[in-house]
Amino acid sequence: MARVELTPHLFLYFPKLEGQALEVDGTTVAEIVQGMEALAPGFAFYVCDEVGRLRQHVNIFVGERRVTDRATLTDAVSEDSRVLILQALSGG
Amino acid sequence: MSGRILIGTRKGTFAVEKNGGSWRPKLIGHTGAGVNFVARDPGTGVLWAALGHGHWGAKLSRSTDDGATWNDAPQIGYPEGARHLLPPPPTDTGPGEGAPTIKPATLLKLWTLGFGPDAIYAGTIPGGLFVSRDGGESFELNRGLWDHESRGGNLFDGDGSGETMWYGTPAAEGEFSPGLHSIVVDPRDPKRILVAISTAGVFETTDGGETWRSRNKGLRMDYAPDPEAEWAGHDPHAIMLCHNQPDHVWQQNHCGVFYSYNGAETWRKVSDPDSGVHFGFPVAADPDDGRTAWLVPGLSDMQRVTVDGSLFVARTRDGGESWERLREGLPQENAYDVVYRHALDIDGELLAFGSTTGNVYVSEDRGESWHAAAHNLPPVYSVRFG
Repeated sequence: MARVELTPHLFLYFPKLEGQALEVDGTTVAEIVQGMEALAPGFAFYVCDEVGRLRQHVNIFVGERRVTDRATLTDAVSEDSRVLILQALSGG
Repeated sequence: MSGRILIGTRKGTFAVEKNGGSWRPKLIGHTGAGVNFVARDPGTGVLWAALGHGHWGAKLSRSTDDGATWNDAPQIGYPEGARHLLPPPPTDTGPGEGAPTIKPATLLKLWTLGFGPDAIYAGTIPGGLFVSRDGGESFELNRGLWDHESRGGNLFDGDGSGETMWYGTPAAEGEFSPGLHSIVVDPRDPKRILVAISTAGVFETTDGGETWRSRNKGLRMDYAPDPEAEWAGHDPHAIMLCHNQPDHVWQQNHCGVFYSYNGAETWRKVSDPDSGVHFGFPVAADPDDGRTAWLVPGLSDMQRVTVDGSLFVARTRDGGESWERLREGLPQENAYDVVYRHALDIDGELLAFGSTTGNVYVSEDRGESWHAAAHNLPPVYSVRFG
């Protein structure tokens, strides 16, 4: 199970996730986002738009690497991956 | 008359109420989030807010306890297969490459909400009207308007005509797309609805949204080769109709104040540039007398500031034949407040408006005099009694 870490900003909207060890099954980033959606309904639409693209000002890292496929989230995730979902620092 | 004013701002939802003789603001929700529009559904009493999170996208929020607590509502998204015609980004355009191409539509902004006796409406960028007939549990894209021939036709099932008469608004988040910002339901007949779109113009349905026709006759676009063309980028800033005389409709746009006494079938320019009543965003229509309306004018679309640094509200009581400039209680020097399209409202004798500089003013005597209710709010996007 991959270990998911979130920006504290998302706890404002999903307070039940705060302080939890978030462990999610998945072999791609898209599956991880779906796993988070199962834990916290509504989560996926915060991170992605309605066609599944990562929102412009959101970043996901698998380990130290930022995902490269922002359109369909096919970047690979392994059993021991650490997946970080963060707001992008894209200005002011 | 509720006496409470809901204020949507760049950084949260506020309520302004009169306590101990003065109007005071209070933060009631969405701290830190952009609130494009917040209003009460008059049928159910539920409060609805259209949010624009910087990172997390457009979200619909609601409160069933008068604003004490807010929760995400079922969310609005464009359905699979929704596409629209968009021009390429200007900087990427080489010779012969400026034609629009078909792109998938996703929700960029929830800009306004409207309420009918059996429906809740949401106006969005990129130009879709969403309708809920189950109290907000689910929203559906109105296909009559989305597939309109002026926008290239049905792009769900084919490639349409390849031509669109709808242009964009800088209010779009990250993409130059059209925005639907005004929804007015005829109190006599909920199947008759007017919407206004930047930049396409005014549309009317009389069959509950199955079919729509443009209502741009009489409008002038001083920036177009043919100023009276049906299309070519009409940019209504806001429309509002008189509740008890719904054939009386008002509009503010770049090129003046326009008034219609025949349900938007034809418009007549009624602004008076010489007295500073010409350019602006919001308009409030008297609920009883269709000839009476209020505006907060600015100085032309080139500058978009107050006229001579002084703030006034313009009122007509004769269908725009003449305008009064109401200044009592408003700052008359070094005031550069801009009032956005949803940031002026009326409820009986009460009027209220809010500005991009965080000021909120309330009048208890139909605009004759004004009281400051707040000076340091975030930029104000919307003001609605409720």
